[in-house]
Amino acid sequence: MSEVNQELQNEIAGLIVSSLNLDVSPEDIQADAPLYGEGLGLDSIDILEVALVVSKRFGFQLRADNADNVKIFSSLSSLTQHIAANKTK
Amino acid sequence: MSTLPLIAHRTLDAIVAWRNCTPISARQFLSEVEHVAGLLPQGRHVLNLCGDRYHFAVSLAACIVRGRVSLLPSTHTRETVRQMQRISPDVFCITDQENSGADLPTFRYPESAPSSAPNPAIPAIDCDQVIAEVFTSGSSGLPIPHTKRWGSLVKNARAEAERLGVNTAHAILGTVPPQHMYGLESTVLMPWQSGAALHAGHPFYPADICAQLAELPHPRMLVTTPFHLRTLLTDQAKLPAVDQLLSATAPLSQTLAREAEARFGAPLHEIYGCTEAGQIASRRTAADIEWQTLPNVVLGRDTKTLWAVGGHIDAPTPLIDVIEPLGDGPKWTRFLLHGRHADLVNIAGKRTSLAYLNHQLNAIPGVLDGVFLQPEHVHAEDIGRLTALVVAPSLTPAALIQALRECIDPTFLPRPLLFVDTLPRNATGKLPEQMARNLLASLQAQLTNRVLS
Repeated sequence: MSEVNQELQNEIAGLIVSSLNLDVSPEDIQADAPLYGEGLGLDSIDILEVALVVSKRFGFQLRADNADNVKIFSSLSSLTQHIAANKTK
Repeated sequence: MSTLPLIAHRTLDAIVAWRNCTPISARQFLSEVEHVAGLLPQGRHVLNLCGDRYHFAVSLAACIVRGRVSLLPSTHTRETVRQMQRISPDVFCITDQENSGADLPTFRYPESAPSSAPNPAIPAIDCDQVIAEVFTSGSSGLPIPHTKRWGSLVKNARAEAERLGVNTAHAILGTVPPQHMYGLESTVLMPWQSGAALHAGHPFYPADICAQLAELPHPRMLVTTPFHLRTLLTDQAKLPAVDQLLSATAPLSQTLAREAEARFGAPLHEIYGCTEAGQIASRRTAADIEWQTLPNVVLGRDTKTLWAVGGHIDAPTPLIDVIEPLGDGPKWTRFLLHGRHADLVNIAGKRTSLAYLNHQLNAIPGVLDGVFLQPEHVHAEDIGRLTALVVAPSLTPAALIQALRECIDPTFLPRPLLFVDTLPRNATGKLPEQMARNLLASLQAQLTNRVLS
């Protein structure tokens, strides 16, 4: 991973922990472990909360086809890639 | 035998649904219902897991036509699915997904739709036919079924449409799943019984909700919850105009109701109901915090219990929430809702009870004692997660969370889960709530000190 993306990934991990008041530190989030369900254990309420923070910080809105489509959140690294590709600020 | 029609659309060309920006006529809908009804496997009980609301509606109608009973549990965890199978061994699921996730015999929703029959008849359904069993989480760990019959469901849907002014012109989008009572009533049964059209989507992100709303013709209506409404108003600078907003599952604050009305340019109504009685009352929150019962529904009281009866509610049904009737009795049509029953848990519209959660926690091998606690003073639009105190010296936190995930909805997983040596039970074995809260406060103070030092 490039240095830029590593920096972005660290920032996103920090945003997830702070916006959800999680009981873990950002460095503890494994880049390839699932964020949703097993793994970090986020649920759809968390995903919406993170979506709000992402749209505010990075200037674009998350979209999906339906409520089950949370593939972007399959891991910290996939979320980072999605944000890197779409961010406007 | 008295019957009521499946749908109230006046002609076969009337629009029943919108899917991928395309209208679906009553003719096509009824043809698909007949098609799916002919394919249904054996088994009287059904778990309808279709994610597409139109597929859900066709499947539900096919089940009704074939006399099948839909099971509506409050969650779809593995343990709940096993419980459904124990209660109804013949249960199968209907899904439109690759993998339903449920460990049950599966009927896959047919991918290709049949060509429309020229003049399909609108089925007339026996008012006494059982359509669904809706489950509440019982305190003993076993879900309790509440039987819903066609006549009562139809009367409820028509009363809701009458109160909200929904008619054949309306198109309705929901952010809530049709598998729960509110979504079933307001995004499937109300459109069916008012001649309105339902949107097949179930949008999740705020931008998706706005895009799907914009696909619908006017007058259009958004059926949502306080939590979804707050995220929508926070996230979206520009909202599409709608003609009617509906919220339920938890009371909305007047502040948020007024903001929603101003920014959408539409009246916002709230519906209050419960699994046992269905929908009971509504209010236009921005103007008035008093609830008005639905047409023909009244509240009454005997010495201790407050109940609702009339309209779609055949027999007096006790209400367990904290309700203050307004005006002179003995029958009331206006009231204030002061809160839910203390044992009930409601997070973003998902419901369970502390008794149920405590039962599940204590049933996990290795757990010697444990209790869930609700946060104090949380607004309806905000999310107040639960905490659990547990005595389980042989278990790791990860193993315990994994075991809980099997049996309770992820929304109710404790945050945090705190391990203790013992719970402060009194001499009779009871755990006074204040004692548990004191213990929690001291543990949280220790955690904060550790982080700061």
